[in-house]
Amino acid sequence: MNSLKTPRLLFAAAGLYVVILVMNLTGLLNDYFLHIINQSLIYVTLTVSLNLINGLTGQFSLGHMGFAAVGAYVSGTITTLLFNVKPTLVNYPIFVLALVIGGLAAALVGVLIGFPSLRLKGDYLAIVTLGFGEIIRTILNNISVVGGPRGLLGIPKFSNFHVVFVVAFVTLVVVRNLAQSSHGRAFLAIRENELAAELVGLNTTRYKVMAFAIGAFFAGVAGGLLGHLLQMAHPTQFGFLGSVLVLIMLYAGGVGSLTGSVIAAFALTFLTETLRMVLDSLSDMTNLPLGDWRMVLYALLLILIMLFRTEGLMGTREAKIVVLKEDQL
Amino acid sequence: MSALLSIRNMTHYFGGLKAVSEFSYDIPPGVIYGLIGPNGSGKTTTFNLITGIYRPTQGQVFLEDRDITAQKPYLIVRAGIGRTFQNLRIFGGMSVLDNIRAAKQYRAKSWMLSSVLRLPGFMNEEKRIRDESMALLDVLHLADRAGDLARNLPYGALRRLEIARALATEPKLLLLDEPAAGMNPKEVQDLMKLVQRVRDEFKVTVFLIEHHMKVIMGICEYVKVLDFGTTIAEGKPDDVGRDAKVLEAYLGKKGAAC
Amino acid sequence: MGSIFNAQQIVNGLQLGSIYALIALGYTMVYGIVRLINFAHGDFFMVGAYAAYGAFFLFNAFLGGSGLPMAAVTLIVAMAAGSVVAALTNRFAYKPLRNKPKLSSLITAIGVSMLIEYLFSALPFIGASFRAFPVLIEQKLYKIGTATISNYVVIDLLVAATLMIGLTFLVRKTALGRAMRAVSQDKDAAKLMGIDVERVIGWTFLIGGAFAGAAGLLAGMTYPRIFPYMGILPGLKAFIAAVLGGIGNIPGAMLGAYIMGLAETFASAFNSLLGEGIAFAILILVLLVRPRGLLGEKSADKI
Ligand SMILES: Nc1ncnc2c1ncn2[C@@H]1O[C@H](COP(=O)(O)OP(=O)(O)OP(=O)(O)O)[C@@H](O)[C@H]1O
Ligand SMILES: [Mg+2]
Repeated sequence: MNSLKTPRLLFAAAGLYVVILVMNLTGLLNDYFLHIINQSLIYVTLTVSLNLINGLTGQFSLGHMGFAAVGAYVSGTITTLLFNVKPTLVNYPIFVLALVIGGLAAALVGVLIGFPSLRLKGDYLAIVTLGFGEIIRTILNNISVVGGPRGLLGIPKFSNFHVVFVVAFVTLVVVRNLAQSSHGRAFLAIRENELAAELVGLNTTRYKVMAFAIGAFFAGVAGGLLGHLLQMAHPTQFGFLGSVLVLIMLYAGGVGSLTGSVIAAFALTFLTETLRMVLDSLSDMTNLPLGDWRMVLYALLLILIMLFRTEGLMGTREAKIVVLKEDQL
Repeated sequence: MSALLSIRNMTHYFGGLKAVSEFSYDIPPGVIYGLIGPNGSGKTTTFNLITGIYRPTQGQVFLEDRDITAQKPYLIVRAGIGRTFQNLRIFGGMSVLDNIRAAKQYRAKSWMLSSVLRLPGFMNEEKRIRDESMALLDVLHLADRAGDLARNLPYGALRRLEIARALATEPKLLLLDEPAAGMNPKEVQDLMKLVQRVRDEFKVTVFLIEHHMKVIMGICEYVKVLDFGTTIAEGKPDDVGRDAKVLEAYLGKKGAAC
Repeated sequence: MGSIFNAQQIVNGLQLGSIYALIALGYTMVYGIVRLINFAHGDFFMVGAYAAYGAFFLFNAFLGGSGLPMAAVTLIVAMAAGSVVAALTNRFAYKPLRNKPKLSSLITAIGVSMLIEYLFSALPFIGASFRAFPVLIEQKLYKIGTATISNYVVIDLLVAATLMIGLTFLVRKTALGRAMRAVSQDKDAAKLMGIDVERVIGWTFLIGGAFAGAAGLLAGMTYPRIFPYMGILPGLKAFIAAVLGGIGNIPGAMLGAYIMGLAETFASAFNSLLGEGIAFAILILVLLVRPRGLLGEKSADKI
């Protein structure tokens, strides 16, 4: 329905989808590349959903991966422990259901985390969300049913290019449509000046909790996808560093710009993989553990963005195809 | 006729500082009433108490006989009080039009889901909000800047945008906190006409804080004078302007401003 | 063992609290003056521990000897290292952002924290793995009543107390202290009074870094293993302690840190999951019930 009214983005996305698929089928794009594209798309979902919280609404969440963890573990528990299904076509409804339930569980946690945001701003909120993320990790570490510190293993590989692509696209469209609507203007108003937003009659409490809930929902779905792509969910995979990586993507792309989020998610996922390959082969040659230099580079990247290009790649600008025309308002 | 806004014996402390003391005011519908006083005399605090930003230590606020004391600010806005801020609080990163539309949002009925799916009901409502907002901008001479980022407007236009945004919430009572601050004499003249026009066209009651005696004398029907939170005089502007206590409060501290 | 609230736990809690206090003071001073949660502060603590480690082996190789003089020298090195890293961070990462939105500084701080941690773990001569901290001073145990007290407890408490008394003196009685208080009250007014605000900020980082470095040495000695990520959790807990005491408030940070040390010790004795989570539980409780902390003043945002 939505897509019918937003043809430009839909056409662009469909085009990209077909191109990638054809390239993969003809062997131009091997499965390894496709795997990285899948990961990029999951990061698109994570970054765009974080953008709703940090960018559009002006809150500050440092625990986004905590939501993803909830989604991954809940959906993984459903497909792996509850139903123990094989990733065949007939079982997809179960997977989709599991993803949605995982997303809803994450949204519930998002509401809980949203509450401190009612009283806290900026840096304090960052610490609280960080704390929540750590609490989630600690709890997962201590639940033996889902593997404790070993993680939840043997998750069926339901995630594939099609599912991951559709989810990323839907997330983008939902957040974009929200942003460019009367509700979106409420989110923005809160970012711009919370007191003034309250004094034009907006229930800022409700909107802030909403932003956390919706953002957390999509992060939870993304977590579910990641679990069913890597076939496991591990507590540290969703720790503070993971959240910071999404944060880097958000700020590199330009907080407030959905276009920027998409570009940065792709660019940085590919950068991660390239660096991994380069450093791994260097490590093999020199017999030194060089893997940590990747994170050194990321840290530098984050600092340099903040120092020299705070607005990121796109600032708050959007590519034309992401913006709705006035008559589509 | 009973008052639109009725403040009874309102007192507010900041720690040990008595910022507002036993303040009472009855404002009938359709008027322009004023509040003056030297810097730090508690005027803005009074507005903050009316709009629910602070909870008064004592006393009550009634709007059309309904007790709205210390309700949540957004509920007070919905009850019918719009306001501007002395230190502008515009939504700088949004367009001028979106500043107005954001203020109309609370009356919108579409659900989030409907806006995500762009259902017809939502689309119609968006169109209505857009048209109304443009009409409002037109009245305040801001229509030609509708698409600009609000933070790029000149100062005088920002003050008008704040008024427009407050009007967009469709208030019965409009609170203006020093609307003429920082304006040149010509702009002050225009503003006075604008406030009167707004009162007539939008059928709102205006309650304003001003330092410019000219504005008070020119458009207010009644004023109260605060000094250190206490009401030291009240009445018609002309009478108050001759009151010895008022002259002392003002000339003693900031004669230059009048 | 009986009750978990026994004398031994109290001693352990106070010891842990001393280390938290030294870290928390840096957080609270920096926050008081530049309103920044210096995420990298926990890493200054780690740097201090490594500096002490390096200093020990260096001096041992060239001069030999151990015991108190050696411990004193390593303490000075640890404090100096903490100071230098803190000052560099302030100069190159935070100062350029002083007039930008607060969040950019916070994000930069996260970046600096990551940078220090991963640089340490990537550098071949440091590395990611745990290292055993050398014995600076022979440990001696004394039995007092039901509790066993080691001389480390005495050292930790004494060093922390000395530094805290010194800081209190500095803040109350010296020109720098007065300037610090003025800047934390109102930066612009301080500037008008002729105070060189940047210089005061620089000193604050130096002192905070030195305290964190000292805490690093004490932690290394007391819980004898060090690794590049050792600053994350103590840093976070010390920050929470500062919030508990009222961020920006120096006595508050000390109070909060000792409460935190005791609470964590008791909670861990009760249940390990609780021990891990108690700090965050305290944080959330404080922020919901009394956001300004135990000794903090109500902030006055003028509207
Ligand atoms: N949030 C606050 N916390 C503590 N004191 C406050 C607060 N807001 C205002 N005050 C104090 O209350 C008194 C009244 O302030 P208020 O802003 O109401 O004055 P005003 O009459 O609007 O002055 P001006 O003409 O300068 O706008 C002043 O002494 C002010 O410093
Ligand atoms: Mg005022």
